Order: sequence, then structure tokens, then C-alpha cells
Amino acid sequence: MIDVKKIREDFPILFRKVNGQDLVYFDNAATSQTPQQVIDVIVDYYSRLNSNIHRGVHKLSHEATDAYEQARIKIQKHFNAAQAYEIILTAGTTESINLIASGYSTLLKAGDELIISALEHHSNIVPWQMLCEKTGAVLKVIPMTLEGTLDMGAFETLLSSKTKLVFVNHVSNALGTINPIETIISKAHAVGAKVLIDGAQACPHIRPDVQALDVDFYVTSAHKLCGPTGVGMLYGKSELLKALPPYQGGGEMIATVTFEKTTYADLPHKFEAGTPNIAGGIAFGAALDYMNSIGFDNIANYEAELLEYATLALKKIDGMKIYGESLDKTAVLSFNVAAIHPYDLGSILDQMGIAVRTGHHCAQPIMDFFKIPGTVRASFSFYNTFEEIDRLVQGVRKAVVMLQ
Amino acid sequence: MSTIESIQNEIVEEFSLFEDWMQRYEYMIELGKSLPLIDEKYKTEDHIIKGCQSKVWVHADLEEDLLKFRADSDAIITKGIIAILIRVFSNQHPKDILEANTDFIDKIGLKEHLSPTRANGLVSMIKQIKMYAVAFQTQMN
Repeated sequence: MIDVKKIREDFPILFRKVNGQDLVYFDNAATSQTPQQVIDVIVDYYSRLNSNIHRGVHKLSHEATDAYEQARIKIQKHFNAAQAYEIILTAGTTESINLIASGYSTLLKAGDELIISALEHHSNIVPWQMLCEKTGAVLKVIPMTLEGTLDMGAFETLLSSKTKLVFVNHVSNALGTINPIETIISKAHAVGAKVLIDGAQACPHIRPDVQALDVDFYVTSAHKLCGPTGVGMLYGKSELLKALPPYQGGGEMIATVTFEKTTYADLPHKFEAGTPNIAGGIAFGAALDYMNSIGFDNIANYEAELLEYATLALKKIDGMKIYGESLDKTAVLSFNVAAIHPYDLGSILDQMGIAVRTGHHCAQPIMDFFKIPGTVRASFSFYNTFEEIDRLVQGVRKAVVMLQ
Repeated sequence: MSTIESIQNEIVEEFSLFEDWMQRYEYMIELGKSLPLIDEKYKTEDHIIKGCQSKVWVHADLEEDLLKFRADSDAIITKGIIAILIRVFSNQHPKDILEANTDFIDKIGLKEHLSPTRANGLVSMIKQIKMYAVAFQTQMN
């Protein structure tokens, strides 16, 4: 069970006013809010531990290094990776994806095939297009259905011995659809392809087990699950990570350097050139602790109730069209009302203190599929309430009267 | 003919009468609805202004030394903003448009109440209006 009143007290930002009204924050799929417990960890780091890690001889550096490596172990345990060194700390999902794309540019050849899905975010489309331009590999796309789910029959016809890599998001950011990644992974493995799952939108709602999934690469960002921005992770199976060349050159990623030859450090440092976001990494660990203290089962159950409540209430509005009606989805509602431009609707809601996202959600191909300029997206978190959904519904009704 | 400055002052005064931003939005929506429709033939890629989350088309003609602007958008609040700009700059001499300052936008507080993408769009719209004025001014010389 979730005691939402008590949970809200952990989030100072939820008590601020926006345009003279109590904030209703429904843009959680863009970034989640930060609880005091995580803010405290960041303050504590800069107040007590700040120093460079992995190389200092002094006490502060030892303590900061310990805290950072403890965070890596928390992340490893959370995702059930076999080894802590299979967790690479990055600047976020986008950097994690680019790291893999960059590594594979040396391993692919012309005619190899990559498969992505029609439900992807731009950050899981563009790096692969760039990789294909560089290597001559061919990009194939799993089409989607009108309900916003992947056409799995079509996926099977795309798979062949030429398929080298498959990239799919665990959950679509624009529609909230939960993709059947277990099936995608096993079918891709059957033809010898490797699979990268973009978990940015899944991790706030679901606790993935990378070993049970047998996934090759899994990426996510801390700021979607109550952590700070600018930090994220890449999980990769150790033999696959070892086979990839380093992403960036610099300090920390080397074993020995001479002007003739540099040998690279072992995992994970090979992929962690330069001074990392130390406070961010430690706070990432604290954010996972926080989420786990609430419990992902509790989070999923409560968010499902919020989603059902909001869906029923919004559907009563004349002209309401909800995009993404998969039976298996996270607490995201992407919608338009009649011919009202989503940007207009979002602007009026903002005047009422209600924060939603409008536009194409960095997923233009999905908007093109539905032939719309964009949608209004309300995305819920475990700290949102039924009363806030009532305010959204009233707000949409009022805005529709103004705009029509 | 009212000068650009006097029209701008009128708008600043009108906006000061509203009690809150919701009322200003309502006013802009009404302006947007009353904006004359643009001919579909002008809704082409080369009339689109970049920098808006919504689409904006602007077209200008010179009639008896005065610039006449016609514009449209797929979003109604954006249309309201366009309607304000057209009221200020349409039926004016290109030279006056070029010399006009655009302080009135800050005076009515429009920019800080628009989302960053919409505020960028507003800047792009004004730039486009001034570009038309430059083009026609050069033609007239």
C-alpha cells in the first residue's frame, strides 16, 4: 500500500505554487521529481566528501571512491547484474546508447542489418542511423499497430542471419506501451543477434532483472527514477563489453600510457574516461534505495489505479482521443481533444498550474503514423493523487470550452 | 492611419485592463479566432516560420506603398499572437516597420508568459516581418 500523503512530504517541489496555484506535476515521463533523501545525499557529498575518485592517496578520495563504488553495487543489485563491473556509469540513456553505437561501428560491415521499432524515441533512432551511414549496415523498423503496440509478426519476418543488433525501448515514452521484450530478446538471440533495451521509461515503474531477461545491453537514466539529471547507466554482458573498443579517450580509462601504445583499463573504467559525475552517481544509488523502500509492486499497483481513474474520467470528455491503448502500459496518457492543438491545451493547463508535456515527445515517427502534430501527455508517478487527476480533468474541460 | 507606436500603446493599455493571465489568454484566443484566414496557397514550406511548436505561415504583399501581412497557424493561441503582430505591423510603410522598436512585447509581459518555444517563435515571427520589410524596402528604392 502507498501512503501518498506521507510520500509527498518527501518532495519539497510538490509544495510550490505555479501561476498562483498548487502545482500539479504530470510530466513525470520527462523527468521525475527528487525526494529530500536524494537531495540530502547530494548536499552531503559536496559538504563532506567532495574530492576526485579512484586516484587520490588521501582520506576524502578514499571515502568518495567508496561511496561511488557502493552506488555501482546498489545499481548492480537493483538490476540483478552478475557483476558490478558490468554496470557502466554514463551521463544518461542517450550517452549509453551512443557508447554502444560507437563501439559497434568497428564491428559491423556493409549489408549487416539492425532492427529498431516504430515506437522509438529519437535518441534510440538517430545513433543507429548514424551507425548505418558509417558502416553500410541497413536499418529495419518493426511496424506498430493502431493500438500503439508492436507488430510482432512483422518483427519475425525482419529477423534473419543478417540481423546483428536489435534495439527496442522497454516502454514507449510517447504512448506508455510496455513492449514484449522477453519475446523480442529470445527471438533475436535465436538468429544470433544482440539486443539493447532502452529502459528510460520503464525503470520508474518496473524493476528489470537483466539476467532473467538474458538481455545483452540495458540502459537507463537516473532522473526518470527520482535521481539527478546528467547520470545514467549502461548494463552490458561482460564478454560483450570487453569486445567493444573504448568510447572516449582520457584519464581513468587507461592501464598504461606511453607515446607508442596505451593499454586500456579493465571494465568498467575502460568506458568511464575522465572525472565522472560523482555526486550524481552516488545520488543515483540513493534514488534506487528510495524507490525500493516504497517498493516497485506498490508503485505499479498504485499507478495502475491512477491510470484507470484518469482514463475513465478523460474519456467522458467530448472529442477525447487517447493514443496508445495497449492493455499493457505504464501510467502515461497521450491525448488530443477534437481538433484542438496540443500546444494550446498545454498552455492553458500551465496557466492553471498543471504541468504536462505537449508536442511530438521526440518521437516524430509515431506522430506521423497517427497523422497528428503531437499530443498532450500526462504521465503519472506514485506521488500523484486522484485529486490532482480531478484537477487535470476539470482543467481540460475548461480549456476545451475556451479553445473551441 | 495610426502609427505603429500608437497601436502598440493601445495594445499595452488593453492588456493592462485584464486581471490575470487567464483573461489575457482568453483575449488572445478570441483574437486568434477573428484573424482572417490566409489563402491555402500560401501554406507552403517557404512561408513557414521555424522555431514554433505549432506551424506558422506568413505572407506579405505591397499595396500602395504599404505592407499587408496575412498569416495563419494551426494553434489558436499562436494565431492570437500573430493577430497582435498583424494589427501592429500590417498597413504600414516598410521603412516604419524596419525602424519600429518592439518593446511593447515586454511591456505586455507576453514573453515571460509564453513557453520558451513559443517565445522563440514570437521572436522568429517579428524577424520574418522585418525581413519582408527589408525585401520590399529594397524593391522600392
